[in-house]
Amino acid sequence: MGLRDFFDRIEPNFTRGGKYERYFPLYEMVESFLYTPKTVTTAAPHARAYIDMKRIMTYVVIATIPCIVVGMYNIGYQVNAAIGLHGAAGWRASLLGALGIGFDASNPLLNLIHGALYFLPVYIVTLVAGGICEVIFATVRRHEVNEGFLVTSMLYTLIMPPDVPLWQVALGIVFGVVIGKEVFGGTGKNFLNPALTGRAFLYFAYPAEMSGNTIWTPVDGFSGATALGLAAAEGYQALAAQGMDWTVAFLGRVQGSLGETSTLACLMGLAFLLITRIANYRMVIGCLAGMIAFSTLLNLIGSDTNPMFAMPWYWHLVVGGYAFGLAFMVTEPVSAAHTNMGRYIYGALIGFMVVMIRVINPAFPEGMMLAILFGNVFAPLIDYFVVQANIKRRARHHV
Amino acid sequence: MPRTRKQMLVDPLVDNNPITLQVLGICSALAVTSSLQVAFVMALAVIFVTGFSSMFISMIRNQIPGAIRIIVQMVIIASLVILVDQVLKAYAFEISKTLSVFVGLIITNCIVMGRAEAFAMKNPPVASFIDGVGNGLGYGLILMLVGVIRELFGAGSLFGVAIMPTVNNGGWYVPNGMLLLPPSAFFIIGLIIWAFRAWKPEQVENREYKIQAVEAH
Repeated sequence: MGLRDFFDRIEPNFTRGGKYERYFPLYEMVESFLYTPKTVTTAAPHARAYIDMKRIMTYVVIATIPCIVVGMYNIGYQVNAAIGLHGAAGWRASLLGALGIGFDASNPLLNLIHGALYFLPVYIVTLVAGGICEVIFATVRRHEVNEGFLVTSMLYTLIMPPDVPLWQVALGIVFGVVIGKEVFGGTGKNFLNPALTGRAFLYFAYPAEMSGNTIWTPVDGFSGATALGLAAAEGYQALAAQGMDWTVAFLGRVQGSLGETSTLACLMGLAFLLITRIANYRMVIGCLAGMIAFSTLLNLIGSDTNPMFAMPWYWHLVVGGYAFGLAFMVTEPVSAAHTNMGRYIYGALIGFMVVMIRVINPAFPEGMMLAILFGNVFAPLIDYFVVQANIKRRARHHV
Repeated sequence: MPRTRKQMLVDPLVDNNPITLQVLGICSALAVTSSLQVAFVMALAVIFVTGFSSMFISMIRNQIPGAIRIIVQMVIIASLVILVDQVLKAYAFEISKTLSVFVGLIITNCIVMGRAEAFAMKNPPVASFIDGVGNGLGYGLILMLVGVIRELFGAGSLFGVAIMPTVNNGGWYVPNGMLLLPPSAFFIIGLIIWAFRAWKPEQVENREYKIQAVEAH
């Protein structure tokens, strides 16, 4: 174990009194990335579990793998298909052309490679820009850089549009990390989801590129409405005319953000999180129930002027970011409600708000991001009322 | 409590700033800071009103019956605000249209009432005037800071003069639309408060709770 010896040899330099005491967070980051963190509970109760924060965060990253793969494939497919119609341009096209790879949309591997050329730059910029903020805060505030950022950066990347300018990516993640997390004290103390905070910042700062009204296939001269934009304008039935039936939307061969288009991939990730019990099933049930109940209610009410009223719940499930948000954002434990009853209410509130924003608010075609942030803000209040109700109920039994 | 007149004037700028330390007058700071010109006029208006209202209230402070002092203060402040409003309408109509109700709302600005009640009712006119002007300047300083950030990054200009040409006008800068929305001022004021308190740690408030130390066994 040469590496372990190396770490043991240099560690005294970083601990208190050492030469590089200030840079302990950097050392700790690399060391705990490679080895199991050494920190153990010092006070009772000594509940034993094999799940520590590193493992939780790693599991979430593993759960996003289906979304990453399908997302890269899909972006490549969409771009290659569009290139067939409109011709290629840009550095990616030059690179692929120079390597002699070509743009065959029927070849999955080529699609995957082309998609990776969209995915990787965004991901690398996210890691670098957000990582610098993390390290600065960790060094100044003397807390540890932890694996939470790997999750934040991955989720953030997956909800970026493929054609987003990289400087906007950097700006968004810096805002998300600093305002969404670090000002409140770092991982575990954030009441907002940092990835969504960064995304919301971009959404309001650069609405033309980000609002989700027009599609994001990054080929010049190619434009159109997203599934939600089209459904809002002409009703969900019009989607079929665009060659998008329910199965296509479920599998995710539609234009959208980097990793959120495929409901199937999101549900695979969700299943993994539920089986490993990282995600709490109560929030998922709440969120599904809220969405299904409210959208069905709107179906029954009906509207002559707003075609979104007629959109059934199984369409709400597959279009836009609902499935991705359900799998990875709603279930995020820190920013959610912490009581079991509160988790049902929290989920239902988000499910309700998604449909509310999508259907009734004409300004925003997609509502999952805003609904989850809304739920985050309400989570402490929900917990408070659940706890108070419990206290009252128990007090009644003691009269 | 600052003693010398210089301290009275300078103290509210950073050490006892009405916005960043006392967190007063936030409402108008959110509303009027999307362009620097408007923020500047608003700052001048508030400096004028706080200065003179404090002075006039201080002049008659021994004649004001305690039970109706708020009403008397309001009458004086309101008269001054109407004066400002009329001057703006006469000489700067465009700006007065952008400021709209916020000139009128100076009446309810907590800073003006706060200085009248806390300082002018107990101190002589000249000191009250200086104190009022100082607090107006403190308000104006933050307003200008927020205005610079919002206009420069939200529209690429300062005082309406293009500094960074925007994409729409054939330049390179993509304006940040959020900074033109009022909520962005919340973030900016929050960040300014953070910066001030990092610079002057004595401004940090005491915690309202105590984290209990867990004893290690």
